Amino acid sequence: MNRQDDQHELDARRLLCPLPVIRTQDRIKQLKPGELLNVYCTDPGTLNDIPTWCRINGHRIVDIFNQDREIRIKIEVGES
Amino acid sequence: MLAVKVIQEQGIHVEGINFYTGFCVEGHTHAIRKKDQKKVKRNSALWVAEQLGIKLHIIDVTEPYRDVVINPKHGYGKNLNPCLDCKIFMVNQALEWALDPENSFDFIITGEVVGQRPKSQRADTLPLIATDSGANDLLLRPLCAKRLPPTLPERNGWVNREALYDFHGRNRKPQIALAKAFGFDEFSQPAGGCCFLTDANYSNRFRDLWQYRGNRYYELDDIMLLKIGRHIRPNDRFKLIVSREEGENNFLEGYRKEFIHLRVANHPGPLTLLVGEPLLEDLELAASIVARYSKGRDADRVSVEINGLESGNIQIEVSPRAANDMPKEWFI
Repeated sequence: MNRQDDQHELDARRLLCPLPVIRTQDRIKQLKPGELLNVYCTDPGTLNDIPTWCRINGHRIVDIFNQDREIRIKIEVGES
Repeated sequence: MLAVKVIQEQGIHVEGINFYTGFCVEGHTHAIRKKDQKKVKRNSALWVAEQLGIKLHIIDVTEPYRDVVINPKHGYGKNLNPCLDCKIFMVNQALEWALDPENSFDFIITGEVVGQRPKSQRADTLPLIATDSGANDLLLRPLCAKRLPPTLPERNGWVNREALYDFHGRNRKPQIALAKAFGFDEFSQPAGGCCFLTDANYSNRFRDLWQYRGNRYYELDDIMLLKIGRHIRPNDRFKLIVSREEGENNFLEGYRKEFIHLRVANHPGPLTLLVGEPLLEDLELAASIVARYSKGRDADRVSVEINGLESGNIQIEVSPRAANDMPKEWFI
């Protein structure tokens, strides 16, 4: 299985924090360590909240794309 | 924050639970309003968890919380804040989460202090929260434990009662001193200011929603929209939600398909949602109000688009309403 196969998507557009964090948290519970999750958001609060949630729960931010009021946060699921 | 640190100091593993009710002040309004966009948008609970080095579990309780708001057994506070029922509900939810075999914790703690809040943290209500929530002596309040009977964690020696505190009353100086001793130089929001239900204006809008809907049921979108824009009710049949700035405009855009919505066609102006079942003559009234909040407010006539009507979209010409023709009682 290559890296592309491990990628999952979560649409959290139009949701305001903390809902995108909650949806991310609930989705990550269903994934395995090493899998990647792309979270799509529109609330700028997610730029701070999702990385913070990832740091305290042992997940890694792979990259963040932020353009034209659309944000994509790529997360690698950690061991926790 | 302090309660967690006190327990951590005893070498006990702590994780945090934060409940999302839909009425949380932070986050939403900051995210929506353009004037707030330069503020640091951080979630206090996440920030605190990171400072403490603990995991945080954020739980969406918007569905079960509805019953707390609609039918509070112990009544409301000054506004529509069901503080005591809210506490009981949250402690109960925390207990269920903690004892779930998937999580498997031994007891729960809160940062409550005897006498700190007029309704939910009185000497007579703290025991009530413990019993009505079902937590009983599995609920430890480290900051005022010495003023309360020993709980199971204290009696069993899991926690050293002597290293707990006896804070009481509204004076927060002892807490601030303890925070300094722990090296905390920044605190999260004190209790009370983080829930829209404690806000008089928000509560008025909420009562209005219940009154004109004819029942007290609500969806998450209902309570979100109460936070946004000017709410103007000219009569029993409809109200308008008029955005105040670009950020609110963008937010209301997401609701266009669900509501009749108005916008001035020949001048810059706010997006406005119409909530209710207007008669034909109400549409003209609504359009004149929307025109008043546009850049065309001083024009003799402006053109207003009304979309989302069952009969199809229309465009009408109206005179913008004058400021002195907007009765105070229209504003919710």
